[in-house]
Amino acid sequence: MPSLPQGLAASAARGAGRLSQKLGRGGGTTIPGLLLNRLRPEATAEMALAVPGGVVLLSGTNGKTTTARLVRAALDASGTRVVANTAGSNLERGVATALLNAEGAELALFEVDEAALPRLMAQTRPRIVTLMNLFRDQLDRYGELEHLVDRWRDAVAELDPAATVIYNADDPAVAEIAARHPNSVSYGIEDPRVGRDRLPHAADTTECRHCGASLHYEMVTIAHLGRWSCSECGLARVQPDVRATRVELHGLDGQRLAIATPQGPIELSLRLPGMHNSYNALAATATAVALNLAPETIGPALAKREAAFGRAERTQVGSTRVTTLLAKNPAGANENIRTMLLEDHPLHLLVLLNDRTADGQDVSWIWDVDYELLLDGGRLASLTVSGDRAYDMALRFRYAGLEPGQLSVVPSVPAALNAALQSSSSTGDLYVLPTYTALLEFQAVLADRGLVPSFWEDR
Amino acid sequence: MSTGQPSVRLCHLYPDHLNIYADRGNIAVFQRRLEWRVLFLEVVEVGLGDPIPSDCHLYYLGGGQDRDQMLVAEDLVQKADPLRHAAHDGAVVLGVCGGYQLLGHGYSGADGRPMPGIGLLDLETTAGSSRLIGDVVLDVTLGGQTRTVVGYENHAGRTHLGGGCTPLGHVRRGHGNNGDDRCEGAVAGRCLGTYLHGPLLPKNPWLADTLLGWALEHAGFGVDLEPLDDGLETAAHGAAATRAGLRR
Repeated sequence: MPSLPQGLAASAARGAGRLSQKLGRGGGTTIPGLLLNRLRPEATAEMALAVPGGVVLLSGTNGKTTTARLVRAALDASGTRVVANTAGSNLERGVATALLNAEGAELALFEVDEAALPRLMAQTRPRIVTLMNLFRDQLDRYGELEHLVDRWRDAVAELDPAATVIYNADDPAVAEIAARHPNSVSYGIEDPRVGRDRLPHAADTTECRHCGASLHYEMVTIAHLGRWSCSECGLARVQPDVRATRVELHGLDGQRLAIATPQGPIELSLRLPGMHNSYNALAATATAVALNLAPETIGPALAKREAAFGRAERTQVGSTRVTTLLAKNPAGANENIRTMLLEDHPLHLLVLLNDRTADGQDVSWIWDVDYELLLDGGRLASLTVSGDRAYDMALRFRYAGLEPGQLSVVPSVPAALNAALQSSSSTGDLYVLPTYTALLEFQAVLADRGLVPSFWEDR
Repeated sequence: MSTGQPSVRLCHLYPDHLNIYADRGNIAVFQRRLEWRVLFLEVVEVGLGDPIPSDCHLYYLGGGQDRDQMLVAEDLVQKADPLRHAAHDGAVVLGVCGGYQLLGHGYSGADGRPMPGIGLLDLETTAGSSRLIGDVVLDVTLGGQTRTVVGYENHAGRTHLGGGCTPLGHVRRGHGNNGDDRCEGAVAGRCLGTYLHGPLLPKNPWLADTLLGWALEHAGFGVDLEPLDDGLETAAHGAAATRAGLRR
């Protein structure tokens, strides 16, 4: 099919989006872009070029949505008009859809799926690319992590040398890719008190990228992230430009961070829990600094932000406080578990496991999650499992050593919520751990009860 | 073992490098299913450069990324003799995904680089142009019984069996060894290889118990494995079969 003129293609795509919303087929966050890319494949590149302040892309396995929201908060506070892809529509079609509404925007800020990043870097020619982390995730969809690393490396090699690459110095794979770029800003955690001294099970990048020797870790933060070095060839983590010199985690309530930046220090009270959010805040700070925002603007703006959709989001359901912690891969699920364990009460859990395309059809990953930590010390008071693959999750806990009496399997999500609310009535706290499509399903159940907005209204 | 409770000694080969498809789930199944019968599993972990003991009753080799599998392959061929001797004497060997390929004669990768195998199973693997990915349902016959085995496959390798081994299962849903001959996995004596993960054993307790029964026998214990309450296993097995398009 020949490419349609831009104005015509854009009008048709916008019309399709309005129709989709009217028909109740969703928020129209992907259909217009999907159609636009068919009608005029070069449209994304053209529209990106037309944004006066340029394009910022953020990517990584975990933390994209939260980090984009944090950067957005800082930009909003500075009065910058931003076009962004909200609601996690982070493939080419989601970016194209967002660009259709870029009229009047000074800057474009997109969170991008890690597999889609190389193509979107080529199309949008970003001014800033923030590379956050690469963890094992959805092997059926992304393939092996190493292939993704290779594709990112090629994409960075093709990048305009004047563009800024912001990267996580604590991830050896990401650091090796970014260090080759002439213009880069690194971030990382420096506080030795929050580190562990050994790698968790099934860490991904544990060999030196140059010589293949096993990496030595002075401290491990999350999965394979930390202060690493190679004792064979001397390759080592650099001291990050933007670094957390103090990390104080306050359970699910949030954390305090002392961040050093080239533009001066930031004392940050973050309402987001866990060390994964320490990294998200660092990525956002480094990105905001690269956008010439002042530390005095960044700190207060980030402090106001609450959790993104389903990311440690809290909802009051009757007399129970429900905390939803999206978990779609081992690294993310392990951080959720560590964060929950910072709470001092017995834990009541509802775990929702689906195996649809957006979740990954291969449910093997749940065996790489350290659910055993919840059983050690008897912290788990009750467990309800639900979703398309509820029985797989039940087996995961059975083989972790859970007593059969502590477990309820309720495949229907509304019924499972009721059962879990009943089980958790003694503490009034329930933790819900869904995969991505299970989160959408769970939020729909809450919305039916009048408790949260539908997801495409999430800003 | 002269005193104490019957136990199975398992050699877990390369747990740091071959663990991509939740191989620890298979180890957990061996451990718990013995514990629930007041039997025990002793695990010996063998990494790069470590010698392989020849006195284990069960050897497990999991799957890894291409890079890790290459590292392991070069290490394994140099020290596989104790494993070959143990297998010859009746120890149980289970290889999954990459581990399955390494039990064969070798693997020719997409870049043409040959990866050596140890030849415990008479099979060859070559890289295909696409990956074979998805749910799998097999009919497996072992020890005179035929059962359904479910799992998930994700492999670029195309494996073809020689005359020295037989397929583990007949493919009812999925691709299997090569996508062409409806065969999956391989068996020679008590040495088994398969592409199925998910992991393999939690949803296929019959297969787990068959392997454990052989390992106990090799360890010198004439123990009959008592039946367990496998209600959750059976339900998860059913969910996986439904996912694969059976019983929908």
